[in-house]
Amino acid sequence: MEVFSNLGLGFVTAFTLENLFYCFVGCLLGTLIGVLPGIGPLATIAMLLPITYQLSDPTTALIMLSGIYYGAQYGGSTTAILVNLPGESSSVVTVLDGYQMARQGRAGPALAIAAIGSFFAGSVATFLLAAFAPPLAEIAFKFGPAEYFSLMTLGLVAAVILANGSVVKALGMVLLGLLLGMIGTDVNSGVARFSFDIPELTDGVEFAVVAMGMFGFAEIILNLEQKEDRSILAAKVTGLLPTMADMKQAAMPILRGTLLGSALGILPGGGATLSSFSSYALEKKLSKTPERFGKGAIEGVAGPEAANNAGAQMSFVPMLTLGLPTNAVMALMIAAMMIHNIQPGPQVMTSNPSLFWGLIASMWIGNLMLVILNLPLIGIWIKLLTVPYRILYPAILLFCCIGAYSVNNNVFDVFMTIPFAILGYVFKKLDCEPAPLLLGFVLGKLMEEYLRRALTISRGDWTVFFTRPLSAVLLGIAVVLLVLVFSPAIAKKREEAFQGDD
Amino acid sequence: MQIRNQKDFWSGVMFVLFGLLFMVWSTDYQFGTSQRMGPGYFPTMLGIGQIILGLMVAIPALGKRAEASTVEAIGWRGLFIVLGAVGLYAALLPVLGFVASLIVLVILSAMASPEFNLKETLLSTAVLGVGSYLAFVKGLSLQFAVWPPFLYH
Repeated sequence: MEVFSNLGLGFVTAFTLENLFYCFVGCLLGTLIGVLPGIGPLATIAMLLPITYQLSDPTTALIMLSGIYYGAQYGGSTTAILVNLPGESSSVVTVLDGYQMARQGRAGPALAIAAIGSFFAGSVATFLLAAFAPPLAEIAFKFGPAEYFSLMTLGLVAAVILANGSVVKALGMVLLGLLLGMIGTDVNSGVARFSFDIPELTDGVEFAVVAMGMFGFAEIILNLEQKEDRSILAAKVTGLLPTMADMKQAAMPILRGTLLGSALGILPGGGATLSSFSSYALEKKLSKTPERFGKGAIEGVAGPEAANNAGAQMSFVPMLTLGLPTNAVMALMIAAMMIHNIQPGPQVMTSNPSLFWGLIASMWIGNLMLVILNLPLIGIWIKLLTVPYRILYPAILLFCCIGAYSVNNNVFDVFMTIPFAILGYVFKKLDCEPAPLLLGFVLGKLMEEYLRRALTISRGDWTVFFTRPLSAVLLGIAVVLLVLVFSPAIAKKREEAFQGDD
Repeated sequence: MQIRNQKDFWSGVMFVLFGLLFMVWSTDYQFGTSQRMGPGYFPTMLGIGQIILGLMVAIPALGKRAEASTVEAIGWRGLFIVLGAVGLYAALLPVLGFVASLIVLVILSAMASPEFNLKETLLSTAVLGVGSYLAFVKGLSLQFAVWPPFLYH
């Protein structure tokens, strides 16, 4: 089968010393920030994005950045189980039963099941990713500019709908992101738009700067307004190994969580968080004893933890094959590719096969590293949790500033983080989720270019988007989604699905 | 008039303002036609969309049946100290170099915490200083003047 020869190439690429090293660094950092509440993969990847300029091979850079993302899913569960606090948004539901298990003195089995579930899910997702990506890329090759424009519209609409919160507000954030993406030189006319004669702005605003300001800095300022309350339970984790009964109980939830996460991960706006929520709801529904949920049911840890890892990995599918970011982290991955002059899209697989397959293979290796990092070294992570936020956040600020400076070796980018931090702060105060803005921001110029090309070919005729069948289908789905989400019954269901999410 | 849903109302106002701002700025650029889109075409359309969405958020927020919400107080202290520290870092980096500006950033920003503790902060500054020197300057060989550049002359 072709999948295996492709994966073979991937493993050859991923098994170089340098790539293994950076995969390890990514997983280590991912676990670290996953464990620590208050800093997520988004801010971390934004911080490190500029530093990947230093790496000569874009494959290495992407391997490391990906490791941070899925590594954070592992780390997040540790905090959820031991501190009753989600380390990441994708482990919000793990808190419910994981912490209860820890209170009953079963922190070890909870942690172990979380890791085993994640590893299983990660392995399956790696294989699915390898199997699904080529046919999807095949379809994408049939796309013209009209189809791409429609695809991006659909992607943005779907991302907004599946994300938490008000749809109209999120759409507003997408448009704002698209507008901010317009800053800089227009490729077609050479006009520097919205740059106000500031030379640094003619290249546009750096993606990393926007992400750092909005997610890193704004988050810190908000956290400072809240009192810290962190009590660590089960400082001594004894008896890591789950019993046979545990394994039996967890097996099916892990399998179901993996499949659910894989399916939801591909969807725009899906990814880790949505997957874990859905899996928890599913397990509770299927259980013969739903009353055990919330009181330390192992299924409530196993399912969501498998699902969030599968979801995190499968969200790479649309990014790698269509060049479509389905969540904010994937938008950063696209930015990382662009930095290294790789145009995201279906051609990545054929023009950079070693990058494509190397990245996929590295995920399996990374998952293996994560199990080793998480289980035997659990004591170190518990120690880390005792570092208070007041020491942590100046370090985050510092790393962000160093990262921002190294984008262009220019302090201008450090200054630019300030207005975006203020914006991010205001957004949070007004309950406007900033993630959709990032998606718009990274797609802005691409969408404009596809729109321009589509309309030039059609001689200015807008109906081209509806007369070309593929494009019509894509836009049709977007319209149906929008209609559905505004119908009261669905709106209620959607609210329920996000219950407990913040 | 009572604004029921303050968060939504002000979000809507913000969207409208951004939409207007970008539309007005876009008038400086050629609009073109749909067959030949000028640099002003797409941003103007986005601006219009933004205004429409803004109104869709703001107007229902005024309704009698709108969900009530208030905007929480702004934490000026944290905002000023943290962003001030970042701005100062950016301003000082070319003048004082990597080490000195790092010290300023870490100590100043740590003061934003209500639980600020000088001894602890000095310790963490030292650790961060040595650590980031090794990681960024030595390890990743990023381009920094480590010590104040004027000392070299």
